[in-house]
Amino acid sequence: MATSSTKSGASFAESGADLELTGISKRFPGFTAIDSLDLQIPAGSFFALLGPSGCGKTTTLRLVAGLEEPTAGRILIGGKDVTDTKPFQRPVNTVFQSYALFPHMTILENVAFGLRRRRIRDAVAKAHEALALVELDHVSSRRPAQLSGGQQQRVALARAIVNRPALLLLDEPLGALDLKLRRQMQLELKAIQTEVGLTFLHVTHDQEEAMTMADTVAVMNKGRIEQMGAPEELYELPRTAFVANFLGQSNLFTGEVVAATADAITVDVGGVPVVVPRARSQRHSGEVAIGVRPEKVTLLTEAPLPQAGRNVFGPGRVTDVSFSGVSTQYLVEVPGAGELVVFAQNMVFGPVVQVGAEVWLSWNADHGFGLDDDPGTVPRFVPDASTESIAIQRRIALEEELEQA
Amino acid sequence: MRRRTKGLGLWIYTFIALAFLLIPIVYTFVFSFNDSGKLNIAWQGFTLEKWATVCTVQGLCEAFGNSILVGLTSTVLATALGTLIAIALVRYRFKARSAISLLLFLPMATPEVVLGAGLAAQFLTVGVEKGLGTIILAHTMFCISFVVVTVKARVASLDPALEEAGRDLYGSPGQVFWRITFPLLVPGIAAAALLSFALSFDDFIITNFNSGAVDTFPKFIYIAAARGIPAQVNVIASAVFLLAIVLVVVAQVSRAARAKRSSAS
Repeated sequence: MATSSTKSGASFAESGADLELTGISKRFPGFTAIDSLDLQIPAGSFFALLGPSGCGKTTTLRLVAGLEEPTAGRILIGGKDVTDTKPFQRPVNTVFQSYALFPHMTILENVAFGLRRRRIRDAVAKAHEALALVELDHVSSRRPAQLSGGQQQRVALARAIVNRPALLLLDEPLGALDLKLRRQMQLELKAIQTEVGLTFLHVTHDQEEAMTMADTVAVMNKGRIEQMGAPEELYELPRTAFVANFLGQSNLFTGEVVAATADAITVDVGGVPVVVPRARSQRHSGEVAIGVRPEKVTLLTEAPLPQAGRNVFGPGRVTDVSFSGVSTQYLVEVPGAGELVVFAQNMVFGPVVQVGAEVWLSWNADHGFGLDDDPGTVPRFVPDASTESIAIQRRIALEEELEQA
Repeated sequence: MRRRTKGLGLWIYTFIALAFLLIPIVYTFVFSFNDSGKLNIAWQGFTLEKWATVCTVQGLCEAFGNSILVGLTSTVLATALGTLIAIALVRYRFKARSAISLLLFLPMATPEVVLGAGLAAQFLTVGVEKGLGTIILAHTMFCISFVVVTVKARVASLDPALEEAGRDLYGSPGQVFWRITFPLLVPGIAAAALLSFALSFDDFIITNFNSGAVDTFPKFIYIAAARGIPAQVNVIASAVFLLAIVLVVVAQVSRAARAKRSSAS
């Protein structure tokens, strides 16, 4: 049997199926949520869609679940076109952000709901099994309101995976949990995914969650995928300023390429030559935007000797020091280059330098990266990504209101 | 000292307010045991005779039966239609949605005399003979508004994700409605049905315009008032009141028992 088992046949998917979105667009009145999106998720993978609120990631999920209809494009699950099918006809289950447990049913009835609708035999036994998997079989006769948030989340997960969907959709399932519980659930979710071998599509705005759990992360912005890849790859080699700043923090600079060899390009940043490996740069001539992660930068209290393969800025002045336990974040104002962020591990007690100290900054040239953005539009520093999302959310709310009036 | 007088004032005020509310009911109940003749105004002595001979008063039990029939029928119709309207108004976006919402308020805001007279005129124009059918139509009409308002609040408080989860978990639209939406709306629907029945059972003005020769309980009392209301009317009123009290007590007790059970488990 192929992996493309459907809901009409009362069978379980034997393994995860791959998901393919081709040319998906979703337009709401006066607002485009998704703009010609192409996406392929291989069977059995743990895929995360990461982005700020309003970037279209939840809409993408709802399109796959069948809760919304795309304006254009096709959705294929396991090679089978499901674009025109109803949610209950798709081999897909969802863990909702609000969990959406049925309050008038017991936990067991909640978990058995999908099995009973498909007339699968031994629904009760299978539901108990799924509850045992999330270690909640002992509360099977309770009602959802009698469980804690973390328990409800696990019930929602059990209710979805008991159906062995070819594809499991997770809509910010850990958003309502506190930090400690969230970490624990991240690990459990990952373990369950490995155990049951389903394809997981996880939507989140939490970059740490996406990076710890997913094999592949797609960073979404304004209805488009900015960059997709393994978490390390996205972090170490961001291709756009949005990715560079949404996943962690970055020091970004713009400047003219003044020299180029087969291996590296040299960019003039306010008079200081900065070397970036050619292979790690998207653009190799003209005005370019480049960057380096704050933890790759070393803070020096004396001018270092010029050394091949290291970029040096300085002298600069420390404008802010914030101690956060394992590391200290320094803000350093460098004439010509602007303000840089440096993360330094706390190898000694407390910060190494104080506000006002004169310092030099240095990093291995291999750690820099060159972006694909037009330098004119690259924000000099960590852009307030949330401002934009707030604006979009406001607009959606306003439209809703206007429509109701 | 001052505290005490203040407390006393509150007690007196409470007593007066309750007495004001309850005296008519107490009067009705007590005078159902009055050994009266044709007029049931002055206390003549205690008797159970009126309770035993309720239906001997001509037309009384028939009118009461009509009221029950009209109440039940129009409640079922109004609740079914009103619930569907409420769901549509909350869940779906369509043209003139807000206009419909507003228009549904009109029957509640319009004076009953106007509604009753207007409806009577329409029945006359169309040539429908007045009777039980026209009463039921009239009652269904004004009850729908109340049902919509009551159920709408309940639908609005329902997380749409619950229905989406039902669809996602292989529920067909029918299954999602009957297994998820409907059970969760039941408290609102029940409240709407009780309200509908109470409104219908009570109604005199609209009924009077649209009933033709048929009598309902309120209409019977109104007509009887001209020649003196028999004590049997008090009997029926008291019985209805007692029944309502019993229902409320049963509901409260079973709810308390359920709450106790679920917190104990």
